[in-house]
Amino acid sequence: MLLFSMAGVMATLYVIDHIRRGSVAQEALYVRSSKTLRRLSLGYSGLLADIYWTRAVQYFGEQHHAGSSDFRLLAPLLEVTTELDPRLLPAYQFGANFLAPKPPGGAGLPGAALALMKYGIAHNPDQWRLYYNLGFLYYTELKDYAGAADAFAQGAKLPVTNPFMPILAARMAQHAGEFETARMLWFTTYQSTRDSTIQQNAVEHLLALQVDEDVTRLEQVVERYREQTGRLPTSMGDLELAGFIHGTPADPKGRPYKLMPDGRIEVQNPESIFFITKGLPPGAAPPQPPRKTQADSK
Amino acid sequence: MAAIEILDLEKSYPVGFWRKRTKLALRPLRLTIEEGEVFGFLGPNGAGKTTTLKLLMGLVFPTAGTARILGADMDDPWVKSQIGFLPEQPYFYDHLSARELLNYYGQLSGMPAKGRSARVEQMLARVGLSDSAGVQLRKFSKGMLQRVGLAQAILHDPKLVFLDEPMSGLDPMGRREVRDLIQQLRHEGKTVFFSTHILSDAEALCDRVGVIHQGELRGVGAIAELTSGTQGKVEIIFYAPSVPAGLTSLGAEARVSGDMVNAVLPEEQQDAALEVLRRERLKLISLTPVRSSLEEYYIQKLRPTEARDKESRKGAGV
Amino acid sequence: MNSRIGYIAFNTFREAVRDRVLYNLIAFALLLSGAAILVGEISIDIERLVVVNLGLTAVSLFGVVIAIFIGIGLVSKEIDKRTLYTVLSRPVRRWEFVVGKFFGLTGTLVVNTFLMAIGVFLALLYVAHKFEKMDGWVLVALYFIVLQFLIVCALALFFSSFSTPLMSAVFTFALFVIGSLAEDLRGFARMTHGLGGWLATTIAYLVPNFSALNVISQVAHGDAVPGRLILYNSLYTVLYSAMAIAGAVLIFQRRNLK
Repeated sequence: MLLFSMAGVMATLYVIDHIRRGSVAQEALYVRSSKTLRRLSLGYSGLLADIYWTRAVQYFGEQHHAGSSDFRLLAPLLEVTTELDPRLLPAYQFGANFLAPKPPGGAGLPGAALALMKYGIAHNPDQWRLYYNLGFLYYTELKDYAGAADAFAQGAKLPVTNPFMPILAARMAQHAGEFETARMLWFTTYQSTRDSTIQQNAVEHLLALQVDEDVTRLEQVVERYREQTGRLPTSMGDLELAGFIHGTPADPKGRPYKLMPDGRIEVQNPESIFFITKGLPPGAAPPQPPRKTQADSK
Repeated sequence: MAAIEILDLEKSYPVGFWRKRTKLALRPLRLTIEEGEVFGFLGPNGAGKTTTLKLLMGLVFPTAGTARILGADMDDPWVKSQIGFLPEQPYFYDHLSARELLNYYGQLSGMPAKGRSARVEQMLARVGLSDSAGVQLRKFSKGMLQRVGLAQAILHDPKLVFLDEPMSGLDPMGRREVRDLIQQLRHEGKTVFFSTHILSDAEALCDRVGVIHQGELRGVGAIAELTSGTQGKVEIIFYAPSVPAGLTSLGAEARVSGDMVNAVLPEEQQDAALEVLRRERLKLISLTPVRSSLEEYYIQKLRPTEARDKESRKGAGV
Repeated sequence: MNSRIGYIAFNTFREAVRDRVLYNLIAFALLLSGAAILVGEISIDIERLVVVNLGLTAVSLFGVVIAIFIGIGLVSKEIDKRTLYTVLSRPVRRWEFVVGKFFGLTGTLVVNTFLMAIGVFLALLYVAHKFEKMDGWVLVALYFIVLQFLIVCALALFFSSFSTPLMSAVFTFALFVIGSLAEDLRGFARMTHGLGGWLATTIAYLVPNFSALNVISQVAHGDAVPGRLILYNSLYTVLYSAMAIAGAVLIFQRRNLK
């Protein structure tokens, strides 16, 4: 009898969890006033913040896992978390990386992300990472290079900061659009976090940058060939013979780039390298990854 | 010296929903207990015995009057070191053993550490709990708890001991033991004040008794006096098929059982009754004076008089 | 001065321990161990933060619950079951009884907290692998939690001196909740005017100031606690507890025991 009822309890709990999936996070929407929640926590807001943070991370993971591109609860969850504990730094980093990008990479709310970073800076003016996150947002999502330069510069002034900050600030001014800048940025993101979700995201962006850069350079080579010979090359071999390249150029995954008849370069299996903006068939959108969270990747 | 002098001690409670009426739990009580005597406080349940004890112990506060115990004012803390108290149906700290409890109480009574544990063992032996001394009190039976209660009451060798219904919940063996204990205490020269509604115990142990009913002291008397006198009646037992008419006219209460008749009549009629028997040629079996008993005294004191009745009704309506 | 108070305190402590109050430590240990082990899975970079937040919150809440239930159980139960009769028939003054109970109760909680503190520091060591200077402030937070317990015990005793066990528990818990919002209450009172404002101010100042005794978030982030705060909180606790105990004694002195 005992065993039977225990098994029954487990089974029904599993079903209830399934039914309630997401509704725990939904509560964040009902808390219109985070200030009230803070009061209600009777001084134990630190723990409550940690709980909401956990919910935020799990929510994000669950949505990805379910293949959904709806992350509308992420912003309220992060907002409640930071209202309860404005010094919970990982929340800001998470917000910077996953609030702004368009679905399914993120929640598609660059405005909310920006507000969150500014809130974070207001409460933690000595944390360089927040200025970094702000600059990162301006650069990647808003393409506001002036804003990015400003943020990096402010961060560079702090007593404790990352050595890349002044460099990034400088590059924003002149070389904002260059691959090297973007690479530096994503590398800094990768190196300054221990959150594996964020790291994986950074790695994928770095790979994509590599591809974009490769494709751009190769297409420039094709153009020079055409100028020189008056016609388009028919294969990579032509380019090699002409001395423009050595060996067969391949993408970071090891697959050779394809030379298309119209002179464009394309990637083999474009859907396997995420975020690339070049080397795609005409009209194709940058491929997005299905994502696993920290918890899943263990 | 008087051990206890109760001077118009009174206790009333506000009752009713709005607390406007008062209930008189104890009418002004005047009573003196002499040192060295064993005094029995008799009365039915709810008469006010426990209230009196609680007042004397300082557990409740009088609405009027006061008392002196061993010559000192009853509020004087010194008094507490000279008295011992066993409440009705005592209850103690569940998780302590009997030994630990007595040690704790000894500490609270101010017994010096030196002789304390020896004395505790002594007391445990005296009440027959030596074997269970280390057992936690929550495992004790009612009778065992009663014994612990007695032990803690006499632990610090007080001059005056108050016992509220000390026999309650005990089997005949236990009751016998308690009786013996009280005799011993008396022998040791202590004053014992105990309340009970069991008359035979009172008769056996007490020097004097007081009867209390409905908050009022109805009477006080020495046992010796109360049970020595006759009631002014005689009991005649004789052989007869039925009650002779002559006897009934004398005012006898008679009962027939088998071939015998049992008649009780006033002692003045004794000779006249015997005359009737001789006339009727009835065979006499016995002629004895009826002794008064404590029970008679008790019941008599309990009986309300008209005056008392009126007064008590007035008091309740105040 | 008063060995009786000491005896009563010790006996109260002994009773609480034998009543298995310390078993709550098992639940606490399980909770904290579980958290310490799991925290790394969920929150990188903030293991220390979560352990301190969870550990101290648990110490605080477990303790308050124990303080309320044992505190009330001890006094109300004694009156109910008449164990008090035989105690008070001895040369023990009523105020000594109340004060002794208070010390016994708080002593129990101090021991309990001490044991819990060891648990918290062990968990901290497990997740952070070493102690840092900032961990010292955790001790201050624990000290404040103990101060919190002193006030709660005093309140529990105060209510037990005249109220039923259930109502005493409810009142004490209610004051704990309200007191945790004390700072907000005072802010609110400052903004209200007239009779309402006067009433709010009185209440806001009478209510126990638990909000100032909760520095858990601060020390979780490694912040220092100002020395002046430590001093004044200690003073406040002593005064407030004295006030509540004095009230308890006053009421208990004149109470007719059933």
